Amino acid sequence: MPESPSFQERIEIFPRSVKGRYRSLKTSILVLAYSVYFLLPWLRWSREVGPEQAVLFDIDGRRFYIFDLVVYAQDIFWLAGLLLIAAFLLFFVTGLAGRVFCGYFCFQTLWTDIFVFIERLVQGERNARIRLSQAPWTNKKIMKMGLTHFLWFSVALITGLSFTLYWGNAPELIVQMIKGEAPFAAYATTLFLTLTTYVMAGLAREQVCTYMCPYARFQAVMFDSDTLIVAYDEARGERETGRQKPKKGLLTSAERDNASVGDCIDCGYCVQVCPTGIDIRNGMQYQCTSCALCIDACNTIMTSIKFPTGLIRYSSEHELEGKKTKHFKAKNVGYAITLLATIMLLVWSVATRSDLEMLIQQIRQPLSVNLSDGRVQNRYDIKINNKTTKPIKYEISIEGLDRAELDMGRFSEVTVPAEGSVKLIAKVRVLPALVSHSRTNFNFVINSIDSKVKQKLSQQNVFYVPEKQLSH
Amino acid sequence: MSTEKNKPTVQTTGHAWDGDIQEFNNPLPTWWLWTFYATVVFTIVYWIIFPAWPVGGDYTKGVMNEITYKTADGKETTTHWNTRALFLKEMQDAREAQAEYLKKVNASSFEQISSDAEMSAFANSTAKVLFADNCAACHQTGGDGVVGFYPNLLDDAWLWGASFNKIQESIAKGRNGSMPAFKTRLTEKQTSDVADYVLSLSGESVDTSAAKRGKSIFTTTAGCAACHGNDAKGQTSMGAANLTDKIWTIADVNGAATVEEKRAVVMSVVKNGKTRQMPAWKERLSATEIKMLTFYVHQLSASK
Repeated sequence: MPESPSFQERIEIFPRSVKGRYRSLKTSILVLAYSVYFLLPWLRWSREVGPEQAVLFDIDGRRFYIFDLVVYAQDIFWLAGLLLIAAFLLFFVTGLAGRVFCGYFCFQTLWTDIFVFIERLVQGERNARIRLSQAPWTNKKIMKMGLTHFLWFSVALITGLSFTLYWGNAPELIVQMIKGEAPFAAYATTLFLTLTTYVMAGLAREQVCTYMCPYARFQAVMFDSDTLIVAYDEARGERETGRQKPKKGLLTSAERDNASVGDCIDCGYCVQVCPTGIDIRNGMQYQCTSCALCIDACNTIMTSIKFPTGLIRYSSEHELEGKKTKHFKAKNVGYAITLLATIMLLVWSVATRSDLEMLIQQIRQPLSVNLSDGRVQNRYDIKINNKTTKPIKYEISIEGLDRAELDMGRFSEVTVPAEGSVKLIAKVRVLPALVSHSRTNFNFVINSIDSKVKQKLSQQNVFYVPEKQLSH
Repeated sequence: MSTEKNKPTVQTTGHAWDGDIQEFNNPLPTWWLWTFYATVVFTIVYWIIFPAWPVGGDYTKGVMNEITYKTADGKETTTHWNTRALFLKEMQDAREAQAEYLKKVNASSFEQISSDAEMSAFANSTAKVLFADNCAACHQTGGDGVVGFYPNLLDDAWLWGASFNKIQESIAKGRNGSMPAFKTRLTEKQTSDVADYVLSLSGESVDTSAAKRGKSIFTTTAGCAACHGNDAKGQTSMGAANLTDKIWTIADVNGAATVEEKRAVVMSVVKNGKTRQMPAWKERLSATEIKMLTFYVHQLSASK
């Protein structure tokens, strides 16, 4: 009986480096993404009120500072908009061009890239790394392996630390962390992200995409025969008799065509560069993250032996079958329209947000009370939020209730602090003979009485008089 | 290497039943297995740090997890980690955070509190809880009281005075309200006349001649005016009600539909009198708590 292992042994992958168009594109995206991620917490920003950090997620203060935009807890529904945009963008791009996110933007891809780069820097190119991994444990191997893991861990640590810095004032927080005075959450977050970065980008790598990532699995639903995929042109690569090493009589593309031999010289470079360890020539596979490095590899070889490039290229199933690729299909256009609409809605919502918010609730216990002069009184809880960076003085009045009295105590004029709020109680008194219905609508109006800021807000509420006290 | 991985080979457990029935072996991925091991390690670390295992009648307490907290009476306790200690520690933190505001309220006059939006909001929200715990049983959660028993605190009729100082005094020292019974001193007719007079003061349409007779009984024969005043506007010094307004705290005149019913409820109060007591709270609540309650109750009231 054959021994069946209790788990799937990982076959270690040593991706070989490659130069080319897509590698350059990926490197520039990586540099840009890393610059933003690592440097953004350190960017200073001047505000009248609030921290000096350009991007700061202040959980304690319940505000997110994003350059000149301050997001309050009440604006949390913007997050729904942002997630919608992210989802539709993903659907749209995937429908059109396949796993672009996986190949170029996913942090798993970006961090794996940098970890592989470190590995190559310390241990050398693919062959050297394979040799080293099979070699017995000598001092030299321990040194090299140790250095690799040390550098990995350092990158992971900086990654975790940078993430934490978004949630506090960066220069202050980092000093606190070194002194051991930072909050527990800061250490926990840093440790957690350091460990996950180290494990995911250093040890687990392509297994994250193959086994853990749900997106890798459900992307197939969004694909169709017109979706751009990284594909091997099998018709040209194999022809009738398949791949062959170049030899006399089979040195040019034309000669191979005559001999019905494929253009693929079976050099294996496309397999060696693959970070997920697959052979693109076997067709589309779920492990493929569309990183396009095999395109660069194949083009390098094709150019060096003066064959036409593009044996492995961005293509679609339809194109490979010799038909035309249709990019503007109803599905993609639909995604694009929905995406645009969602973006416009969110931008509109952010741009037109009122800097003044008033929340009024009638006090319901009891709804009304009789006064000694025969009038009826209702009370209201009022909360005013000032979202500007200046303290503003407001005047509160009512409209639409005949000869009603508004009693705000000492606060018929009230100053609301910058980015702050006040809670007030309003008492409204009316002679029941002057109202004709049990429930009468009227408006609370707040006006800024400030020479610089003009704000006015009107909000409807209801005045209640018990039925039996009405005069009719 | 890579091509091997992609070969569609299916492993089986090796058993064959009935000649050809075999069981597929789909092994777990390595990362899954290591995650499982990591959870096992986590469990062991958890057992060491937190209270975990019952040992006889006792249990393991965990190490390096002391919590030190101070209760309201100043007693400091250090114990191993447990949720109750965690709660008490949080209560201590909350008390300390509140102390700053309480100090400010303590040092401020009522005038200062009512002119400061932040202090007002703090006093109101703190006192709302105190009110619910101590006052709402009689005066109701909203402060609207119960006619005939407990005064409504939301209106502008205040038996003992509506100023901050008077309210503070009422809460701290309590009040004894007493209206004597007149059933032995007044005849049924006299009582009815007094009731008509009292109702006429609030603008109810009653027999004017009866009301006139009632007035003389009110001011002279029965001596109602001794407490309620010659003008029947009451006296806050002795908690005598103002009978000229539209507010009725004991006789439910507003709840009665006809003049006869209204007369009957007023007569009942005149005949039987009324004795009410508001307990004193100075022994049970701190001076600061009474101060915030005073502010809250004053804020509830429609009096200025």
